[in-house]
Amino acid sequence: MAYTNKVIDHYENPRNVGALDKNKENVGTGLVGAPECGDVMKLQVEIDEETNVIKDAKFKTFGCGSAIASSSLATEWIKGKTIDEALAIKNTQIVEELSLPPIKIHCSVLAEDAIKAAIGDYLKKKEIKNGSTGGDKA
Amino acid sequence: MKIPVYLDYHATTPVDPQVLETMLPYFTQVFGNAASRNHEYGWTAEAAVEKARGQIAALIGATDKEIIFTSGATESNNLAITGVAEMYKDKGKHIITSAIEHKAVLDTCLALEQKGYEISYVPVDSTGRVDLVELRKLIRPDTILVSIMFANNEIGSINPVAEIGKLCKEKGVLFHTDAVQAAGKAEIDVQAQGIDLLSLTAHKIYGPKGVGALYVRRKGPRVRLSPIVHGGGHERGMRSGTLNVPGIVGFGKAAELAKKYLPEETARVKRLCDRLWAGIQEQLDEVYLNGHPEYRLPNNLNVSFAFVEGESLMMGMKELAVSSGSACTSASLEPSYVLKSIGVGEDLAHTSIRFGLGRFTTEEEIDFALKKVVATVRKLRDLSPLYEMVKEGIDLKSIAWTGHH
Repeated sequence: MAYTNKVIDHYENPRNVGALDKNKENVGTGLVGAPECGDVMKLQVEIDEETNVIKDAKFKTFGCGSAIASSSLATEWIKGKTIDEALAIKNTQIVEELSLPPIKIHCSVLAEDAIKAAIGDYLKKKEIKNGSTGGDKA
Repeated sequence: MKIPVYLDYHATTPVDPQVLETMLPYFTQVFGNAASRNHEYGWTAEAAVEKARGQIAALIGATDKEIIFTSGATESNNLAITGVAEMYKDKGKHIITSAIEHKAVLDTCLALEQKGYEISYVPVDSTGRVDLVELRKLIRPDTILVSIMFANNEIGSINPVAEIGKLCKEKGVLFHTDAVQAAGKAEIDVQAQGIDLLSLTAHKIYGPKGVGALYVRRKGPRVRLSPIVHGGGHERGMRSGTLNVPGIVGFGKAAELAKKYLPEETARVKRLCDRLWAGIQEQLDEVYLNGHPEYRLPNNLNVSFAFVEGESLMMGMKELAVSSGSACTSASLEPSYVLKSIGVGEDLAHTSIRFGLGRFTTEEEIDFALKKVVATVRKLRDLSPLYEMVKEGIDLKSIAWTGHH
């Protein structure tokens, strides 16, 4: 597979590798893909609850070079963005930035899913928290 | 040491300098057509071809006249299977093969299926060897051919060929074997092993690309084939076409060297393979050998490095030329059908790497390869959510995965 320099750069120097404390209230975790399919991405976001800005993002990926590059790029892009801005990122933007060949487009889809799953997890936590707080008040 | 280190000898081999030297005069000086019966140019070319026929026959315990030259093993496999199918169709239309054959065999069988033949696939066990009990059960009165590979190209497993040969003799069924990977690495004796047809190619034994051979038994029984290439009636009418004399001369020399070097070379290469595997096991956890621990090609090491995807692994060790069973390295996005057939889970199939060692592999190269493999696997495991989860004691099977395909 002939990769572009951008993919190779992200593969060799992946940005934001690691883990955030998944038990923290303002951390959302997304786990997408399957080992049988050859790619699994775990993407985490830490949110500033006042501003809804993504303060930090980390990832770990099992997959081919484009899967690693797609998730690395995704973390780079979402850091500093608000939740709504991050949710607006489309897989086609990742495809374009990394010049992924058609056979690797599913890697970018997975990265988009990972962003949505991580933010979704955070929003769910918040909803539960707010729900219970509301319950206390009543 | 040349970088990348070549560890893909199952794919092809470099031409041995002695082979090249033997071939050279046949391009410019002894250039005659071996079929030209009435002048010196033709006679010398023919004599060179006959010498090569003898050298190849000697490698597999056959006689000269039983060797038919082809363009390579793909053609040899096509000719053996299609040729028998066509010739013996009045006796029956049932052929038995295994699910882990090379595509040249599987796709030929599929093509015959379209023409009304029936194909059965004998199961292989978890080490990639054919189940003899199942094979016996599959043979029927209308079975005309059993085609089972000598050794597998991905996982290196060597089949119980002599037992298969014996069973086929007992049942009166022809036995074809694709011996492309086994030639020069395992003892082949068509008499002792009861083989009726056997495919070879030059470029896997340090000969040139584009030339192969099919052994066709002449006695007990005399095997007949319908040709698939029609023309001037060369090669006893089984394969028409002007002979590739320089290629054939090189093939002959390569076969002679393969026979001469076999005991020493297999021992040396096996030692290097064992060294690599021992090093991998010593320094990494969660690594699994694919294929049989003993009945395997001395130059083959196929390993699954759990939780690390094969393509990214190869990308991280580009100083090594290896191959992977991962889906991401194939056009189809399907992981290796061979690994699937021996029951390797798709999760592990994605993590497999095949190392193929050969005549020119050195200890220095193996030590370099080991270092590269270990460093890359460790780096990618630090990046792997699966490895992290397993280390946290999470059972991956308990997760509801969201697969896309």
